[in-house]
Amino acid sequence: MNANTEPLLEVIDLRIGLTTDAGSFAAVEGVSFTIGRGETVGLVGESGCGKSITALSIMGLLKPPLGLAGGRIVLTGQEIQSLPAAQLRALRGKRIAMIFQEPMTALNPLKPVGRQIAEMFVLHQGASWNEAQRRAVEALAQVKVPAPERRASDYPHQLSGGMRQRVMIAIALACEPDLLIADEPTTALDVTVQAEIVDLMKELCAAKGTAILMISHDLGLVTDICRRVCVMYAGRIVEQQESELIFNAPQHPYTQGLVASLPRLGMRARHGRRKLIEIEGVVPGITAYPQGCRFHPRCTRHTAICETVVPELTPLATGDSSPEAAGSLVRCHHHG
Amino acid sequence: MVDDKGAGAPLLSIEDLAVHFPIGGGLFSGKPLMLRAVDGVSLAIKPGESLGLVGESGCGKSTLALSVLGLVDATRGRVVLDGQPVGSDADRLAVARTVQMVFQDPYASLNPRQTVRRTLADPLRLHGVSNAGEVADRVAEMLRQVGLRPDQADLYPHEFSGGQRQRIGIARALILKPKLVICDEPVSALDVSIRAQIINLLLELQADMGLSYLMISHDLGVVEHMSDRVAVMYLGRIVETGGWREIFEQPRHPYTRALIAAIPDPLTRGHAREKARGEIPSPLNPPPGCTFNPRCPHATDHCRSAPPSLAAVEEGHLVSCWRADEFAPVPA
Amino acid sequence: MKIRANLALGGGLTALALFVGVFGPWLAHTDPIMDANLMNAELPPSGEFWFGTDQQGRDIWSRVMYGAQISLTVGVVSQLINTFIGTALGVTAGYWGGWWDDFVNGLTNLMLAIPSLIFALAIMAILGPGLTSLLIALGLTNWSYTCRISRAQTLAIKSQGYVQAARVLGYGDIRIMFSQILPNTLGPIIVIATLGMGGSILAEAALSFLGLGVRPPAPSWGSMLSDARETITIAPWLSLFPGMAIFLTVLGLNLLGDGLRDILDPQSRSRR
Repeated sequence: MNANTEPLLEVIDLRIGLTTDAGSFAAVEGVSFTIGRGETVGLVGESGCGKSITALSIMGLLKPPLGLAGGRIVLTGQEIQSLPAAQLRALRGKRIAMIFQEPMTALNPLKPVGRQIAEMFVLHQGASWNEAQRRAVEALAQVKVPAPERRASDYPHQLSGGMRQRVMIAIALACEPDLLIADEPTTALDVTVQAEIVDLMKELCAAKGTAILMISHDLGLVTDICRRVCVMYAGRIVEQQESELIFNAPQHPYTQGLVASLPRLGMRARHGRRKLIEIEGVVPGITAYPQGCRFHPRCTRHTAICETVVPELTPLATGDSSPEAAGSLVRCHHHG
Repeated sequence: MVDDKGAGAPLLSIEDLAVHFPIGGGLFSGKPLMLRAVDGVSLAIKPGESLGLVGESGCGKSTLALSVLGLVDATRGRVVLDGQPVGSDADRLAVARTVQMVFQDPYASLNPRQTVRRTLADPLRLHGVSNAGEVADRVAEMLRQVGLRPDQADLYPHEFSGGQRQRIGIARALILKPKLVICDEPVSALDVSIRAQIINLLLELQADMGLSYLMISHDLGVVEHMSDRVAVMYLGRIVETGGWREIFEQPRHPYTRALIAAIPDPLTRGHAREKARGEIPSPLNPPPGCTFNPRCPHATDHCRSAPPSLAAVEEGHLVSCWRADEFAPVPA
Repeated sequence: MKIRANLALGGGLTALALFVGVFGPWLAHTDPIMDANLMNAELPPSGEFWFGTDQQGRDIWSRVMYGAQISLTVGVVSQLINTFIGTALGVTAGYWGGWWDDFVNGLTNLMLAIPSLIFALAIMAILGPGLTSLLIALGLTNWSYTCRISRAQTLAIKSQGYVQAARVLGYGDIRIMFSQILPNTLGPIIVIATLGMGGSILAEAALSFLGLGVRPPAPSWGSMLSDARETITIAPWLSLFPGMAIFLTVLGLNLLGDGLRDILDPQSRSRR
């Protein structure tokens, strides 16, 4: 990939506010990352860290009490964070598409799946109904749904979870968008089905040149699909690295804690059964984010400065001069 | 691999258990379909041993757990717990003192209108502990053992975090001092950064109290970490069983290999050739012959016509596959 | 805040009705039945007769005060019977399922298909008029909604982990229904009961209006309205004050029910 190519999507210093009776809080703060054309980037974190609402804000789908409170979202050079609703609607589906965790709630239960795919062609490409239906069947074949002509007239409830997710992918990729945002797309699926969906996503997006922003709590899954991974904690990005490096050489104490605390297949055979290294404490709620570094109450390395000064996202000094490594960033006073 | 835990009679013995449910039928629908949730399972757990049960949706692990608890009757075969058969005519209270369960969802498994004290003390009173002082002592002791403070006993569930609620659930399961605990996905619903706390706690309690575990999970990493023996279940049958090392280092059944290949972890990546194809079939309509054949990368005509049964490939390692001998151990 | 307004107003009106119900005999100026002086018939409100007098010369104020007891008794007792029947049937139907569930559902469908007032009339016809018959009749007719709701709640709660945990711990069915399921269904049931009280009071008024409820000369608000039918243009105060009493009491109960529902609804609770 040419390092000089203009990025497809730039998120700059994103800030999302949450307004409650008890006051306003910054649910997401200082989030910045870029996605190049055809690139795969992952956003990893636990529930409540802000990864899903970051994705929603890119699509312009935030609803009160959440709202964009600052920052810019730039899609191929054009700022989109304050576009009027009609223009945002034109973007959605055509240039940015999104798939969700639970396809049963994202698909219309009253329309056959073929029709839901066909609607995309009619809406965004002005195709006729007949043409659109035909292309819908093709789309189902592309996502490897067996007997696509028959499946096209099925309703969502007649399909299994894996099939429904394939339909979602077909709808999302119908108009060949530049960016596919996938929010926990496989969490509700069985492991073997998950593996198939992941392979499908990788294959299709590579073929169509679609970039992927993958959101998940599963670090392993994200490193499988994505080239670059951003780790989020309590509304901030705390680490950003190339996938291989994240697992083998995590830099932020939170990421290190996560990797060390998970029981991974193969560890016991190699190292015997050791007590898992726990991360103390609990994930803070939005209304009770600690001052300074938000991870400091749970961090084994924290010192006085961590309690007051918010660390900046700074580049790592690495020997590798490739563009991916140059993007390695950590937000910690004591990283490494 | 030598199994050195708990010599002697097994604590739990499941003998050719089958649980079938008729679905549909009635006046206008004709003959009902048979849901073969559990279709011929034989397992044993020794005292102090941990058996990991691995499987995806529709494999019957929930029904198997309910059968062990005596909440669902067997269509065929039987479950023997601590020498006594378990079923709807067994002594409900005696069964409750022998086997208990830790549930998956910490947000739904505690009664929101009861204090922690009541949730823990009531079962004691139900089982005949009438001395108020003894009840209070045991409640306090149990809370300490699960890492909570006795003074938290008078709080309500919503005042605790997910991880703490799971600890309370574990306390409830252990308050009657059972011998066998069924852990149904004990950490799946918890935040990733606190799973280690609960896993460590469960292992600690097992050592302290001499418990046996039936650990049901889809997370192979958790199963490997916590089990002595592992059983892999697919569509109501056990397809492979053995010690943890055999199952995860030298899996022989194509489904086991597919499960391992499906894990997106750099440590296990590279077994891509072994992935299963297609969707899990409905247990209402299982495929003929070996139930895994439509998805198996190695299926032959013989596999499609005749169902295999569990046979030993080596000491303590049983596989239900016609071609088990042909599969070389997957490289580590 | 909308919730507080409902509760405040509803609670206030209901408390007022209760107050009158309890202290009516002391608040009244005269005996509502015996103190009848035809010389004072149909007098408009004045310093002596605050609400005026009716056709028999009885003080309307006193009759309204005493009438509160009848209306509130009807409202509370009939609702208690309704709630008891509806909850018992609904919770057991939801918990046990099977043929009992089918039976209860069939019965509920039947009750919902019959207009409740007609059903109450039929029972009154068998039992004869009077307060007790009225209580039984109303108590037997309006349990369907409670039954449906408590059954739906039971089905939802039954699948929660803590109910299964109770079974695993060795709890019997009855114990589980009382200690685990019932306390968690109380919210909606209390709301329905509160709203139902208003309905019962209106039903009593209707039945008494038709001459089938409380017998005269007992001062029930409904029969007062019935008696005042002919004089509504000549002496409107005969209908106005009992009518207002019914209106304010039922309004109070409805607002209170709304306010309680907003508090007890788990959705609004999590917002706090």
